[in-house]
Amino acid sequence: MDTAAADRWRPAASVETLRRRAALLAQIRAFFVERGVLEVDTPLLGPAPSSDPQQQCLDVAVPGSGRRYLQPSPEYAMKRLLAAGSGSIYQICKAFRAGEQGARHRTEFTLVEWYRVGFDYRALMDEVQSLVCGLLQRPPARAFSYRELFQRHAAVDPLADSDQVLWQRVAAAGIEPSEALRDAGRDAALDILLTRRVEPAIAPLGAVFVYDYPASQAALARLRPDQPALAERFELYVDGIELANGFTELADAVEQRRRFEADNLARRVLGLPEVPLDEGLLAALGHGLPACAGVALGLDRLLMLALDLDDIAALQA
Amino acid sequence: MASYSTNEFRAGLKVMLDGDPCEIIENEFVKPGKGQAFNRVRLRNLMSGRVWERTFKSGESIEAADVVDTEMQYLYNDGESWCFMNPTSFEQVHAGVSAIGDKAQWLKEQDTCTITLWNGDPIAVSPPNHVVMRVTYTEPAVRGDTSSGATKLATLESGATVKVPLFIEIDDMLRVDTRTGDYISRVKE
Repeated sequence: MDTAAADRWRPAASVETLRRRAALLAQIRAFFVERGVLEVDTPLLGPAPSSDPQQQCLDVAVPGSGRRYLQPSPEYAMKRLLAAGSGSIYQICKAFRAGEQGARHRTEFTLVEWYRVGFDYRALMDEVQSLVCGLLQRPPARAFSYRELFQRHAAVDPLADSDQVLWQRVAAAGIEPSEALRDAGRDAALDILLTRRVEPAIAPLGAVFVYDYPASQAALARLRPDQPALAERFELYVDGIELANGFTELADAVEQRRRFEADNLARRVLGLPEVPLDEGLLAALGHGLPACAGVALGLDRLLMLALDLDDIAALQA
Repeated sequence: MASYSTNEFRAGLKVMLDGDPCEIIENEFVKPGKGQAFNRVRLRNLMSGRVWERTFKSGESIEAADVVDTEMQYLYNDGESWCFMNPTSFEQVHAGVSAIGDKAQWLKEQDTCTITLWNGDPIAVSPPNHVVMRVTYTEPAVRGDTSSGATKLATLESGATVKVPLFIEIDDMLRVDTRTGDYISRVKE
């Protein structure tokens, strides 16, 4: 047997990487213990897949229960706990997203997700900064609105410019989208400009928050009461790597149902299967979700930054 | 016709793009957290040799290109095209000027070349990395000039010209690298 074949059993992660991961996990738990945030553990298998047209779930046949879905994030399950009166909670768990494989993506990855009762997104950004900049020993993060970053680095107004102007800027940046990508709509143009113009421009700045996303990219964020064109959503980048996504949580069951239905409509347009609505989550919101903000942090990418690795594959244990 | 989804993209895969067969050089998966997933792909157009970059929506499929590399023996040039034969099936193909390009100068009858076929038609020809050819003309060496590293030009039987050391004479057999056009050595018969 040649050496390559003989070594195939070896994990990609070095023993040093395993130790750093364990140390990081211990530091994260200590951070939340100190702040009185309760650790929880929700089921990985859920009754409904994510409605998000940009997230495809893996499904599992469970004898006696039918089809179950490996969670793309623990968000729905954790919101039911919040509605049941858990108070602030955090979880470190595996999440699964079909078809996501690349230098920064794995189908199976680890999330640190937490919810803070009584916080809004700006208060949560401060806490995310304390955790991440503490763990990575970085200076405090800078914060820019989504709109100002696009104006400065992509020469577009993401809220006001027409779709045509956005696609012109994509072309001017030397990017040639396929026909299907061009048909994917306005947010696809913004996502291309984000990854090709904005992300490279903020990479040298270290830790950077991007906040106030367009309402069309709200996901499960509340819209700003004073400016409904904006969602109370933020992302944290470190060295150009997207590390965390959070928002002031949408607590309105009626609006939540409307967004689920809009997702299904978008799925139909994209030729994707429609998904059953998570009635458990809708009932929980109907019962009452306390005002809170939540965030998901990619643990694997955090470790990539801590170890200065450029491919997530190197972390595979 | 078969097609490939972006999930199957990898270096070396042959696909159709804008009507031309292309080979994937590099494929990068990109996805903002809550946003559109796409694949940034670099491809070589096999007709023009030019490198293209294209951004695809993840999950979209594109048509496969029926492109195969096959070893064939060079038979003859009829003035318009170059004829090659598959040594097992004896099937013959004719490659035009656009497929041969500047490779014609390295073709020697009976040599085995790699022919790239698209839908059965030759679109590119790669001669062997090294060929042996006879010198048909070169200036005689100037007696007494022994400076090392000095070169002169020699014309080969195929019409190619290469830089050679001064001791090379007409009718010598030379080994030449077809990728660079460099003289390698003189071959004893």
